[in-house]
Amino acid sequence: MSTADPTTVRPDSPELADSAASAATAYVHVPFCARVCPYCDFAVVAGRDELMGRYTRALAAEVGMARDWRPLDALYFGGGTPSRFGSQRLAGVVEAIRRRFQLAPGAEVTLEANPEDWTPQLAAELVAAGFTRVSFGAQSFSTPVLLALGRRHLPPDVIAAVTAARTEGFASINLDLIFGTPGETIESWRETVEAAIALEVDHVSCYALTVEKGTPLSRAVARGAPAPDPDLQADQYELAAELLAAAGYVRYEVSNWARPGHACLYNLAVWAQGEYEAFGNGAHGFRHGARFRNIRRLDAYLQRVEEGELPRAGEEPVSGWDAELDRMFVGLRRAAGVADGPGVEAFLGSEEGRRLLELGVVEHARGRLRVTQPLLTDAVERAVLSLTPRGP
Amino acid sequence: MTPQARIRNFSIIAHIDHGKSTLADRLLERTGAISEREMREQVLDSMDLERERGITIKAQTVRLHYTAADGQDYVLNLIDTPGHVDFSYEVSRSLAACEGALLLVDAAQGVQAQTLANAYLAIEGGLEIIPALNKIDLPAADPDRVAEEVASVIGGEPEEVLLLSAKTGEGVDELLERIVSDVPPPAGDPEAPLRALVFDSYYDAYRGVVCYIRVVDGVLAAGERVRFIATGDEQDADEIGFLTPKAVPAASLGPGEVGYLITGEKEIDKIKVGDTVTTARRGAVEPLPGYAEPKPMVYSGIFPTEGDDFEDLREALEKLSLNDASLVWEPETSKALGFGFRCGFLGLLHMEIVRERLEREYGLDLVATAPSVAYRVTTTDGQELEVRSPQDLPEPAKIAEIAEPYVRAMILTPAEYVGTIMELVQSRRGEMGSMNYVGTERVEMDYQLPLAEVVFDFFDQLKSRTRGYASLDYEPAGYRPSDLVKVDVLLNGQPVDAFSSIVHRDKAYEYGKRMVERLRELIPRQLFDVPIQAAIGGRIIARETVKARRKDVLAKCYGGDVTRKKKLLERQKEGKRRMKMVGSVEVPQEAFVEALRVDR
Ligand SMILES: Nc1nc2c(ncn2[C@@H]2O[C@H](COP(=O)(O)OP(=O)(O)OP(=O)(O)O)[C@@H](O)[C@H]2O)c(=O)[nH]1
Ligand SMILES: C[S@@+](CC[C@H](N)C(=O)[O-])C[C@H]1O[C@@H](n2cnc3c(N)ncnc32)[C@H](O)[C@@H]1O
Ligand code: SF4
Ligand SMILES: [Mg+2]
Repeated sequence: MSTADPTTVRPDSPELADSAASAATAYVHVPFCARVCPYCDFAVVAGRDELMGRYTRALAAEVGMARDWRPLDALYFGGGTPSRFGSQRLAGVVEAIRRRFQLAPGAEVTLEANPEDWTPQLAAELVAAGFTRVSFGAQSFSTPVLLALGRRHLPPDVIAAVTAARTEGFASINLDLIFGTPGETIESWRETVEAAIALEVDHVSCYALTVEKGTPLSRAVARGAPAPDPDLQADQYELAAELLAAAGYVRYEVSNWARPGHACLYNLAVWAQGEYEAFGNGAHGFRHGARFRNIRRLDAYLQRVEEGELPRAGEEPVSGWDAELDRMFVGLRRAAGVADGPGVEAFLGSEEGRRLLELGVVEHARGRLRVTQPLLTDAVERAVLSLTPRGP
Repeated sequence: MTPQARIRNFSIIAHIDHGKSTLADRLLERTGAISEREMREQVLDSMDLERERGITIKAQTVRLHYTAADGQDYVLNLIDTPGHVDFSYEVSRSLAACEGALLLVDAAQGVQAQTLANAYLAIEGGLEIIPALNKIDLPAADPDRVAEEVASVIGGEPEEVLLLSAKTGEGVDELLERIVSDVPPPAGDPEAPLRALVFDSYYDAYRGVVCYIRVVDGVLAAGERVRFIATGDEQDADEIGFLTPKAVPAASLGPGEVGYLITGEKEIDKIKVGDTVTTARRGAVEPLPGYAEPKPMVYSGIFPTEGDDFEDLREALEKLSLNDASLVWEPETSKALGFGFRCGFLGLLHMEIVRERLEREYGLDLVATAPSVAYRVTTTDGQELEVRSPQDLPEPAKIAEIAEPYVRAMILTPAEYVGTIMELVQSRRGEMGSMNYVGTERVEMDYQLPLAEVVFDFFDQLKSRTRGYASLDYEPAGYRPSDLVKVDVLLNGQPVDAFSSIVHRDKAYEYGKRMVERLRELIPRQLFDVPIQAAIGGRIIARETVKARRKDVLAKCYGGDVTRKKKLLERQKEGKRRMKMVGSVEVPQEAFVEALRVDR
């Protein structure tokens, strides 16, 4: 992978955005959590820790089944809660991947971590295993908000975790924040963002609390519990954007801000329609021109891998016009937008596309189509999905 | 061919839900017309919509064989009719094919408005009426009181009123005997040229138009060449037969018999319900009286969501008209909705049913505009116009006079609710006529009211004020000049013709205010602020704003499952297809009816 000097390049630069398409990356899913948070709809399990050993072997086996690829530029362990998996198991999986593909020099290796799991010792062992980047599920610096979210940590845990990660040598630290939790005021959110900035982390992700179907949160809302207020969430988003920009963070995707040199390469690759391997239950990847998804249920996943088979739940080749729309679909979430191409041409020729342009939701300049109002990205995405090769 | 002396033709008539279709079940069972395996509740309600709503929409005819106590075999032609006021045209057509009517009254509810209305139709038609109480199994049944009421309405003695339970079957044997003894046999002339009344029809994709006929004089033989007197259309009688309720072909239909006729005619406009069928050679010249054209009470625009479906909609309306003789329609153009049809209906339920049938039976996706009555306008240059759509109303300066349709409304109610009903009627610009007792506890109130005040939510109001005890029937009662104005609605500064309506001046301000409030709730947030205004002749009388949608993005973390996210957005897009673009504003299809469904 060749990019400009990685420490100074702006996270939202078009060159960075487009060059990430040629990165080779992989995602590893770790489903184990201490408890399932009421708003979460990821592929997670709680109270099944006895399966961790089997799961490690299954991951290694699945990695072994993957087709050859060049050395990986980035590796991402997401969850679930990878930080509960144990440094040895994580190191074992990194090792299996190294054996299968090798890691490119200076490869980015991220894990998601819950602050309450983090210790200086764990941090040190992970650095030794090759991890370079950590993403903490901080969510908020307001105790009432953390309680409302059903989290198991408090604000001081986040501060301690960030300090330990930095001391032990993590090159890049991210905080995930959630805004719009019912009861959270704009002032409380301001304090959360300011606290994140004060910690001088390298990267911040701000997610609007989403009521996902089938979660305890959605059942509560159906029974009359307060739902997030989209207008307040819009205010909160705009406030975060303002505060983060003033502190030198650059928004490079709808929900992601980074200091120069700290954009997440794995994320950039996915949004650039780059190919990525995926391992673990519920993991989804993009290889050999096809998007694929693994079996989501843990037991079924384990059984399939133990039978020596690839644990796929679905696979769909993306080619021709679909591939062009797919490129726009993933790429338009970026601040850099997408480079011109047949899809952009069709968009500009379509009725809905022209309307969005007129309304200033998108702009077309310097050979790129960009969403200028990130909060309305899905309105643009829906228009993209309706495009046909010849105009609307 | 059955001798006329052995034929009895009768309709079952009643107020809605008094148990006509359930009684028909018992009659079908008792006469063996239907096997146990085929039996289900209200088996004659065969349309999906009828079964879902639990009401009869179409009259259904069926031929029964009955061996009476006198040892003779009889053919009974039963017609089950709908009870809802919107379908009274079905009742009057059915009665024209019969010599008798079974007047059914719920023994708990007693005589209701459509009991009276339908009884009068039968009396006017010179039919023999057999009065009967149904649901005597109910604990709340009060047969003595209700029998008194019935006797006071149609004359006769309370003791002559039959007691039935369509649920348990009690009284059904006695009823069958009464039908044989009381309903006069038909008295057609078998030697005269053929005259058969087309009292209903429908379109079959394979066989073309199927006519339901009642032979009055002469004999119709299968294969014979026939002529429809009004349209002059000549065809071969490819197949004739009886409905048992299945179609069973027969060699001939004689005087007094009821059955079907298939000629293979596929040109829909060649067949008219109410026309007379005769033989092509030596046929009758004088048609049967036929039917009075039904007078629509309300009009509404029906438009295809997709403009290219206009021709499909026309074809669907033509076919549906065959099966719904009360439906009238003409092309209409709307700036907001494009090309469609202005349709006339007998009421709001009728309107709803027609729209649903068009969508379900013909696979169309439609937008309907708010219903309106027809106004009569005299212009300053002396022209007389009928205005069926608010958008056709001339400019105020060109109007010399507007008159609106009035109805004579008959309300039947327990005496204790008279006060609250008077209040309601006054707030609807009603004028009191007479008031009479029916039996000892119930009152029949007569009013003159503007149709526009009755047709929309009056009935709901009446029901809620009287805990469901009052019933209502109404009939046209001419036009009267009124102080009416057109209230327009502007979306994003542009007038939307489909949202205009004509209201009384005194109510216009309040109406406009409610209308924009309602629309603010119905119109989803867009990518920009959408002002909604109500105006009378350019003067804004109310305003609301749908604030712009500020957030339309899902916060999916890291890369995200691209396929899943795409599917989610695809589904959201589907939802949008139920929207109509009006200028640059997306308006949900329901809004066109819902917005004007405010009480006036
Ligand atoms: N208890 C009792 N219920 C009955 C009897 N007859 C009918 N019902 C019930 O009354 C309701 C209405 O019956 P229907 O036969 O559909 O009435 P209908 O007169 O055909 O109604 P429309 O055709 O819509 O006017 C149903 O729930 C029947 O089950 C009866 O004799 N006793
Ligand atoms: C894969 S999750 C899990 C990371 C880690 N287990 C944790 O909970 O801290 C990554 C991030 O998604 C965000 N997230 C999860 N569920 C969400 C929801 N329903 N709405 C908004 N953000 C959500 C949280 O910020 C979370 O840190
Ligand atoms: S939010 Fe994080 S910790 Fe909570 S259940 Fe989901 S993955 Fe596990
Ligand atoms: Mg019925």
